[in-house]
Amino acid sequence: MASLTAEHSPAQVIAHARAVRQARNVVVVVVLAVLVFVVFCVSLSLGDFKIPVIDVVKTLFGGGDKATEFIVNRLRLPRALTGILVGVALGMSGAIFQSVARNPLASPDIIGVTYGASAFAVFAIVTLGLTGTAVSALAIAGALLTAFTMYLLAWRRGVSSYRLILVGIGIGAIATSVTSYLLTKARVEIAQQALIWLTGSLNGRDWSHVRSLAITLVVLAPVIVMLVHRLRILQLGDETAYGLGMRVEGSRLGLIVIAVLLAAVATAAAGPVGFVAFVAPPIARWLTRSPGPAMLASALMGALVVALSDLVAQHALGETQLPVGVVTGVIGAPYLMFLLARTNRIGSGG
Amino acid sequence: MEAEVQHSLSAENLAVGYDQREIIHDLSVRIPTGKITVIVGANACGKSTLLKTLARLLKPSRGTVLLDGKSIQSIPTRAVATKLGLLPQSPTAPEGITVADLVGRGRYPRQGWIRQWTKGDDEAIADAMQSTDVLEIADRPIDELSGGQRQRVWIAMALAQETDILLLDEPTTFLDLTHQFEVLDLLVDLNKRDERTIVLVLHDLNQACRFGDHLIAMKDGAIVAEGNPRQVITEQVVQDVFGLAVKVIPDPVAGTPMVVPVGRHTTRDDQIPTPDNPAAKALAASAAANGICRPADR
Ligand SMILES: Nc1ncnc2c1ncn2[C@@H]1O[C@H](COP(=O)(O)OP(=O)(O)OP(=O)(O)O)[C@@H](O)[C@H]1O
Ligand SMILES: [Mg+2]
Repeated sequence: MASLTAEHSPAQVIAHARAVRQARNVVVVVVLAVLVFVVFCVSLSLGDFKIPVIDVVKTLFGGGDKATEFIVNRLRLPRALTGILVGVALGMSGAIFQSVARNPLASPDIIGVTYGASAFAVFAIVTLGLTGTAVSALAIAGALLTAFTMYLLAWRRGVSSYRLILVGIGIGAIATSVTSYLLTKARVEIAQQALIWLTGSLNGRDWSHVRSLAITLVVLAPVIVMLVHRLRILQLGDETAYGLGMRVEGSRLGLIVIAVLLAAVATAAAGPVGFVAFVAPPIARWLTRSPGPAMLASALMGALVVALSDLVAQHALGETQLPVGVVTGVIGAPYLMFLLARTNRIGSGG
Repeated sequence: MEAEVQHSLSAENLAVGYDQREIIHDLSVRIPTGKITVIVGANACGKSTLLKTLARLLKPSRGTVLLDGKSIQSIPTRAVATKLGLLPQSPTAPEGITVADLVGRGRYPRQGWIRQWTKGDDEAIADAMQSTDVLEIADRPIDELSGGQRQRVWIAMALAQETDILLLDEPTTFLDLTHQFEVLDLLVDLNKRDERTIVLVLHDLNQACRFGDHLIAMKDGAIVAEGNPRQVITEQVVQDVFGLAVKVIPDPVAGTPMVVPVGRHTTRDDQIPTPDNPAAKALAASAAANGICRPADR
């Protein structure tokens, strides 16, 4: 595979062009993976008791002493892993939503899905007095129910992406008011607890969170691999996709279900960590120069955003620890405004 | 491509519409195999609707589309897509997609569950891009191309699908005169070389006559006239279909019917007085028909 000369046949030119596109993708994915691992190790090394990064790495591969092992593997690892997996799930969810809708505004935290999950979770915390797994379960139920309602309301002989987004934003607004209403009715301590959940936080996450996220990702992975192929076709618009022999409505529904499930388990584990699903995919697409979903890169970018944000949230302000959602919000909000401003200027409305 | 595979496309008693509004009420048509069929008609008369129904993008409320004698709804969608390709009137591409990438997606119906690129895929893509003259811009993003270049890329994508039947909705819009003829010549080549059946919608009646073996004139969702250009493009039919008074004279180059609109502003003072030279008259008229030279006294 030397450089391209004029003697290459047209077919070789095509193969070469594809190889170049893929090579860029591979490089980005590898670099992101390394960065995620570095941030991951740094976050494991910091805390009340600082551990050199090199010892962290040793411990992770089973070669640390008892004390370090306890701190790293028992105390810090679940939280860090939850963060990474939440980021992966949100990154992929956003990538799918944005590609299906062919709109950068479509991500589970802009359209209603995460708001629906939040409303249900707050209902569980405030009204039913639940904690832990029960809250997570209700959050997942909330996300699924919201998505289902959204899809039904947007349906008119098929679902247009524009309608889906508008309906999603509407449902999100309803869910938000329900949440606010529930909070005003709650006792202060309970409301406080609900508010922390609502910001998105990784505090006190344990192996049960890691397990549920990991299982979901492992189960969904083969389906995602299969459907991403269709996502590339769906991006060409419904008519072209039909013309290429794809069952458009079924594929779109399948993809939306996957994206909702991903957002739901992530939200159930860490609360609605804002803007990750929204900013990670565009950055990934920009880095890979890919028009497509850039699934792997988006997943890793999501992980990086969450891991970095949590690092900042925990350690940047000395004693004060922030919920991770505060930091991701600070990153995401300006991008949303930029996007809205740009859309307005183009006048396409999306 | 083996010429033995006989393909056919026809429709019986179609009724199609959107939501409540029915556009086509009762239409039967048989697309001649191995020929170029051109659909003509005024805006909004249902040309795209018919094409989309033939490509099973729209489900008819009554009647059936038959592909190779079988109801198209009963054939698996992917199998349909290996026999019949469609270029929609205004396709959309994701931002930043490159030419080669887009054309490559035309291979989707021929690939398995997970994309595996074979040498055959690359050759089909290269072939399609070569015939549409877009190989040189393989690495360019679509959004940076001119309208005409973009149109040729889309045609390349439809070609990469390697179907025996090709449906194209106004493939010459956005193209300059040279590229219009290049695309139409290309379609004739494909038709001659591989015996592909081609159906296209055109607005230029003179091009329709020149390139179409078979013409279908539509009005209000129904077929008004059908047959070879000479039978279909007559002064009455054009008056009926388009509501425009025209003269039909022989095309000085091809001998096919040529439509010269009469219009309201027909007289010009600066006309060169060569009333007895039919070729000059024809050329001037064709120029006028193409909007190259507008009547001066407006
Ligand atoms: N998606 C749609 N939903 C509702 N009505 C539609 C839709 N597409 C087309 N129509 C209507 O169907 C009728 C026929 O449209 P069609 O697109 O088939 O016309 P056409 O002959 O292709 O016109 P043109 O030459 O302008 O492309 C028009 O009245 C149009 O308004
Ligand atoms: Mg049309």
